[in-house]
Amino acid sequence: MSFPWAKQYTPANGLTKFLDEKLPLPRLVYNAVGAGYPVPRNLSYFWNFGVLAGFFLVLQIVTGVILAMHYAANAQVAFATTEHIMRDVNWGWMMRYAHANGASFFFIVVYIHIFRGLFYSSYKAPREMIWLLGVVIFLLMMATAFMGYVLPWGQMSFWGAKVITGLFGAIPLVGEPIQIWLLGGFAPDNAALNRFFSLHFLLPFVIAGVVILHIWALHIPGSSNPTGVEVKSESDTLPFHPYYTAKDGFGLGVALLFFFALVFFLPNALGHPDNYIQANPLSTPAHIVPEWYFWPFYAILRAFTMDFILPAKLWGVLGMFSAILCWFFLPWLDKSPVRSGHYRPLFRKFFWFGLIPTMAVLFWCGGAPAEEPYVMLSQIATAYYFLHFLVILPIVSQIEKPEPLPYSITEAVLGSDKKAVLGENTEPAV
Amino acid sequence: MADTAATANPDSVAENEDGYRRRDFINIAAVSAAGVGGAAVLLPLISQMAPSKDVLAESTTEVDVSAIEPGQAIKAVFRKQPLFVRRLTPQEIAAADAVDPSSLRDPQTLEERTKEGHTDMLVTMGVCTHLGCVPLGAAEGEVRGEFGGYFCPCHGSHYDTAARIRKGPAPSNLLVPEYEFTSDTTILVG
Amino acid sequence: MIRLISILIGLGFALVAVVSFGVGAYTWATEESEGHLPYEHPRDIAYSFDGPIGTWDYAQLQRGYKVYKEVCSACHSLKFVALRNLSELGYSEAQVKAEAATWQVPGIDPNTGEANMRPGEPTDYFPSPYPNAVAAAAANNNAIPPDLSLITKARHDGTNYVASLLTGYQEPSAELLAEHPEAAPGPGLHHNPYFPNLNLAMAPPLTSAGQVTFDDGTESTIPNMARDVAAFLTWTAEPTLVKRKQTGWAVLIFVLFATVLAYFSKQQIWAAAKPNRRKD
Repeated sequence: MSFPWAKQYTPANGLTKFLDEKLPLPRLVYNAVGAGYPVPRNLSYFWNFGVLAGFFLVLQIVTGVILAMHYAANAQVAFATTEHIMRDVNWGWMMRYAHANGASFFFIVVYIHIFRGLFYSSYKAPREMIWLLGVVIFLLMMATAFMGYVLPWGQMSFWGAKVITGLFGAIPLVGEPIQIWLLGGFAPDNAALNRFFSLHFLLPFVIAGVVILHIWALHIPGSSNPTGVEVKSESDTLPFHPYYTAKDGFGLGVALLFFFALVFFLPNALGHPDNYIQANPLSTPAHIVPEWYFWPFYAILRAFTMDFILPAKLWGVLGMFSAILCWFFLPWLDKSPVRSGHYRPLFRKFFWFGLIPTMAVLFWCGGAPAEEPYVMLSQIATAYYFLHFLVILPIVSQIEKPEPLPYSITEAVLGSDKKAVLGENTEPAV
Repeated sequence: MADTAATANPDSVAENEDGYRRRDFINIAAVSAAGVGGAAVLLPLISQMAPSKDVLAESTTEVDVSAIEPGQAIKAVFRKQPLFVRRLTPQEIAAADAVDPSSLRDPQTLEERTKEGHTDMLVTMGVCTHLGCVPLGAAEGEVRGEFGGYFCPCHGSHYDTAARIRKGPAPSNLLVPEYEFTSDTTILVG
Repeated sequence: MIRLISILIGLGFALVAVVSFGVGAYTWATEESEGHLPYEHPRDIAYSFDGPIGTWDYAQLQRGYKVYKEVCSACHSLKFVALRNLSELGYSEAQVKAEAATWQVPGIDPNTGEANMRPGEPTDYFPSPYPNAVAAAAANNNAIPPDLSLITKARHDGTNYVASLLTGYQEPSAELLAEHPEAAPGPGLHHNPYFPNLNLAMAPPLTSAGQVTFDDGTESTIPNMARDVAAFLTWTAEPTLVKRKQTGWAVLIFVLFATVLAYFSKQQIWAAAKPNRRKD
């Protein structure tokens, strides 16, 4: 950490001194999420969601490892072992509901985390690498969640596996062989189920690894903040512990209230009833939808309905992948020197009245059946989605005249009140 | 911190100390609550590895013993482990009774190891008390060891006709599970 | 440069999406699209296990079990439920054993090794009425009766759906047939407004009041039988439902308490960092 006023770790006793010399793990923690990490003092509750995402990753890994102790990845028995978990394993129903809804909550907090990043342009220099790693995490999450949804081997599992691997069939020439290779057969069966289980177990640990890189990259420039003005002096920051540990603790409590309300009282609200029907390769459900967190991208996939130089199916697949891949280029597309949307009048308008409604429409249409007017709505929304990120953002950042920025974070915190001062003692009574 | 703040304003030491004590209490309470919550989570995390309901449901076994001739034994399955049921011949009963229990490694009489009125019906687990192998002697033609009962080939434990350990490394007699005669010909194990 | 390329790509995707929209809108405006068959959403019935503090009505579950046993089980399996699970309906151990023995389950003759049928034991699962899916299809005009273990979770608003479906058989109305001639039931099909395509292969299973005699004296009208079997099938789909809600309350109350403490702790810690006003 490069802030000269960051507190230094001093081992307090013999054990920590020993550790500090041999394996400075306490020092690492101290500098990463302890008092040794100075954080802008003006972070809003939007900055809670990174820690929450980390929490839900851990929750998913813990509940997932437990479910794997009772689950068997074999097409003959996968559905039955899932029911065995629900009925016979001690607390198995709670583990499974926590895992299924935990995936949803992981996506909820990550979506909010991403939208925070988009509004406050957290992807801009010097934080490009944090953003790029974040997009990688999101892609890995999508792959993991998709494969996890296949494991209970219900109707949606089976047809989801078939449809999503079918996307690769859109690739010219090699598409069909690739799909057969992915499934290890001509339709999802044991081979596909086993490899999905294996990868579903592996990928969360890969995600955890990239998360460590993501946090490492964060600690080079330090956290962004709602003004987008970089930290200038010690009065701009507070030590992460105890200030932000306390705030994150409270935030976690609130998140858990929502989470447990869902797990214990509406555990199937975000799922689909058809997945309680055992997979049947001979009968497709009337209305195939992926899990809700894929809906915007599923809507984009279905929005391309006509052959236009390339076949419609290929357009859909290209569009869906490009919709996420274009995020990789945001740091270089949005060249406005101002980060925070609070000081960017034009950007702000496009964000709230363009992007947000567009995402809402895409969410809604992606979960709706593939019929009118949903398809037409998703086509308009898809067009805006690409225009927003690839056309509007570069142009707006060029022509926009930003509003005046505060000189520093301290100034922003004190506001216009000339008599306001920061407490002399920034050490809380702990 | 409390010290510096308190000395900064010596006139109201008592009040401040009170105040800080209350504040400390809130932080300690919050951290303790998190700790209690974390500990409570351990309960399901641990108990999920205990036998599930379907496994527990199969923890009793009914065995029909009517077809066992004296000198014969059958193997049944109790909790996924072998169960030996053997009808002893009068000679085998006599051989078992002839031994002085106090001379044994695990002193027990045949009467203590069978049910009253059914001294000829020896019900034991087929699991060697040494390291868990299945002893020989229950099936027709198997080696019964030096004492005519059971013989564990893994490490050479010999059991007598009351399935008591007589020679070899096993520390105790073959375990007699909990069971009862539900009729003259049926036993319920577990 | 990168921004120029991005603008071109963005315009490209937007153009294709807009053209797709145009073609779709034109087709939509000019062509008559086939509407859905108008099926009805299940009627809402009050159950004891509704809501965040609902619990089972064991007498109702036992009545529902009897309806399943005497009516549904002729065609529908219940393969994820074990006979031992009946103890959760309030039956004693001896009753469960006696009840289990009334079911014939596939077994193996211990002397010959041949397949046979034997009385069920608590550890057995509910037997399937058909030996395999082919037999089930052959006996039912190619419509395989679905397993009922999870039926109330496998349908939207499942409990109400089961009860509504069982009581919903009727002749299609003249208006419906005028508007959707294809809705007329084909041979072997039966009209039911709660079934998504309005025609299902299952003949009305509950045909007359008193078809099942309830031991507790409850009048066995068709709506009562339908309601009770729907309750029973809610239990088979989620036997942990009541325990889940009870656990939920304990967890929520504890987390709320901890969150309130965390809030005050956070407020107390942040008090040192909040700006003050100078007195001068």
